[in-house]
Amino acid sequence: MTVKTAGPGADERLASTGLARRLLIRPELGAVVGAVVVFAFFAGQSETFRSVDGVANWLDPASTLGIMAVAIALLMIGGEFDLSAGVLTGTTGLITVILATRYGFSIWTAMLVALAVALLVGFLNGLIVVRTTLPSFIVTLGTFLMLQGINLGVTKALTGTVQVSGLRRAEGYEQARAVLAGTFSLGGADFRVAILWWLGVTALATWVLMRTRPGNWIFAVGGDDRAARAVGVPAERTKIALFMTTAGAAWLVGSILALRFTSVQANAGLGQEFVYIIAAVIGGCLLTGGYGSAIGAAVGALIFGMADKGIVFLGWDADWFRFFLGAMLLLATLANRLVRRYAEEVRH
Amino acid sequence: MTGTGEPPAGADRTPSGAGAGPGADGAVPLLETRGCGKTFGGVIALRDVSTRVRAGEVTCVLGDNGAGKSTLIKILAGVHPPDSGEYLVDGAPAAFTSPRDALDRGIATVYQDLAMIPLMSVWRNFFLGSEPSRGWGPFRRFDVAEARRTVRRELRSMGIDIRDVDQPVGTLSGGERQSVAIARAVYFGARVLILDEPTSALGVKQAGVVLRYIAQARDRGLGVVFITHNPHHAYPVGDRFLLLNRGGSMGEYGKAEVTRQELISLMAGGAELEQLAHELSREEPPVKP
Ligand SMILES: Nc1ncnc2c1ncn2[C@@H]1O[C@H](COP(=O)(O)OP(=O)(O)O)[C@@H](O)[C@H]1O
Ligand SMILES: [Mg+2]
Repeated sequence: MTVKTAGPGADERLASTGLARRLLIRPELGAVVGAVVVFAFFAGQSETFRSVDGVANWLDPASTLGIMAVAIALLMIGGEFDLSAGVLTGTTGLITVILATRYGFSIWTAMLVALAVALLVGFLNGLIVVRTTLPSFIVTLGTFLMLQGINLGVTKALTGTVQVSGLRRAEGYEQARAVLAGTFSLGGADFRVAILWWLGVTALATWVLMRTRPGNWIFAVGGDDRAARAVGVPAERTKIALFMTTAGAAWLVGSILALRFTSVQANAGLGQEFVYIIAAVIGGCLLTGGYGSAIGAAVGALIFGMADKGIVFLGWDADWFRFFLGAMLLLATLANRLVRRYAEEVRH
Repeated sequence: MTGTGEPPAGADRTPSGAGAGPGADGAVPLLETRGCGKTFGGVIALRDVSTRVRAGEVTCVLGDNGAGKSTLIKILAGVHPPDSGEYLVDGAPAAFTSPRDALDRGIATVYQDLAMIPLMSVWRNFFLGSEPSRGWGPFRRFDVAEARRTVRRELRSMGIDIRDVDQPVGTLSGGERQSVAIARAVYFGARVLILDEPTSALGVKQAGVVLRYIAQARDRGLGVVFITHNPHHAYPVGDRFLLLNRGGSMGEYGKAEVTRQELISLMAGGAELEQLAHELSREEPPVKP
């Protein structure tokens, strides 16, 4: 039997793919370049910014944001959004404080209950999304509004105000605070323990993403859900697990903040949901899913932290922070779009 | 259809399909459909199609757009159960509830519309859903080094020349992509390889490359189901040709029973093509001189 063929798969595009391809497999590249530029910008003008105390100062907001951004990045690589994640940090904090201050729970049991609630919310988010195939944007917008209502309604009903406080008196407070909201000394400055949690979460997420089977599935369900199912990837389980991971991260951040401030505002976390997404996108995540990196999201959060505090150190009006965010987001999205175009262009 | 009234090589529609038992060569076919049909809402996508797939043979499924080719192979692949008729695997009725079930029985499918994930690297795609792992419990991990090594080796053994297994599949040409998908199916011990229009989006040269891998898979003893609407692609590699039109079977022919020319005219619905040729020829004289 003869096969009409013109020789073996000849390779005529060797030169054209080299560099672009290498950049492609490093989604966090843009964020790292951005971080270096932003650091150089502020460090060049502010003595405080580049001091050890300054570093400890701007790593602080980066850390709690970073934990969330990394979780959201995994979810976005898996092709979904979670708009309820910000408010959920408030919900979990409120649950912990209310149970520990009004119902005699120890801090740890209260946190455990808050974790269970968070995982349930994540599970329901995921279940509704995979079963209805509605866009997660809409589904979690619904959860977001519901949680917001609950946070305010329950807090007002219980306290008559819009905050719950007094966590300091709860059993196990000092212990829990040391683990989640304490500080450690390094180079003469006090760094927040949350920074270590941030690094830990980033390392774990990177390992899962790059070196485990579920990591491969996350890329696959975000890249092409149906194609992934066709080769036997448990797409529904993967997505539900991602929503639960995000919820778990929201619990961690909610607990960290509750322990640090010993009180929680009923509107805590509101508006943060977009900041997480922006950090993930700056870190190289595509809005369309299937591509991104946990390290990139962590670096995206770092850029936020630096800009947030750097603008204050320079004595500028904080309004400029918003402008800066917008500019970073636009730049990152444009860069990411090029990536996708390149990778998806069909070659014959 | 008017053109189906007089197929070449006699009206022997399914030469070996009359009896229910083993085929003419004595072996139980890997796959067999008996009068399979499928409707989607009001649309009859497939009706009363019977065919067999044997080891070491290429069964070509030919038909125009919308003929039901993809629907047939989705039944074979476990995506849809047939609404009517029987589907047998190794001579026993199959009750697949998902493509995974079919895959576990050695039936691998490369879909027309969902073959691989463009943003993922070649090696990640290759092992997707069947990743090799090492370690235990929470430390179980995707053996990345082994995966890369295996992919490189497998592609080379099939003569597929991919520069770098780390490159995203989206940066491969269409032919390369199909070739990787075929290599993947062969590697995972497929006994049946189903290919939905693997050559339709390809140029002549790239299509030739894919046809060569189809022949390779066949020579390794796989039963291949090759879907195409191009008789020029089907004829060189095919052993049997199943023709579909508007969801129905127009007959199945062995290679000995049909010539390339006959296949082409069958595909186009014989008389329709003649009619068309006639129409076009009348317009020619004014253009030519
Ligand atoms: N999932 C589906 N839902 C509704 N109609 C479908 C579906 N799949 C296929 N069809 C219809 O069935 C017919 C056959 O389609 P298909 O098997 O894809 O043809 P082919 O692959 O030969 O081009 C078409 O009319 C198509 O619109
Ligand atoms: Mg088709």
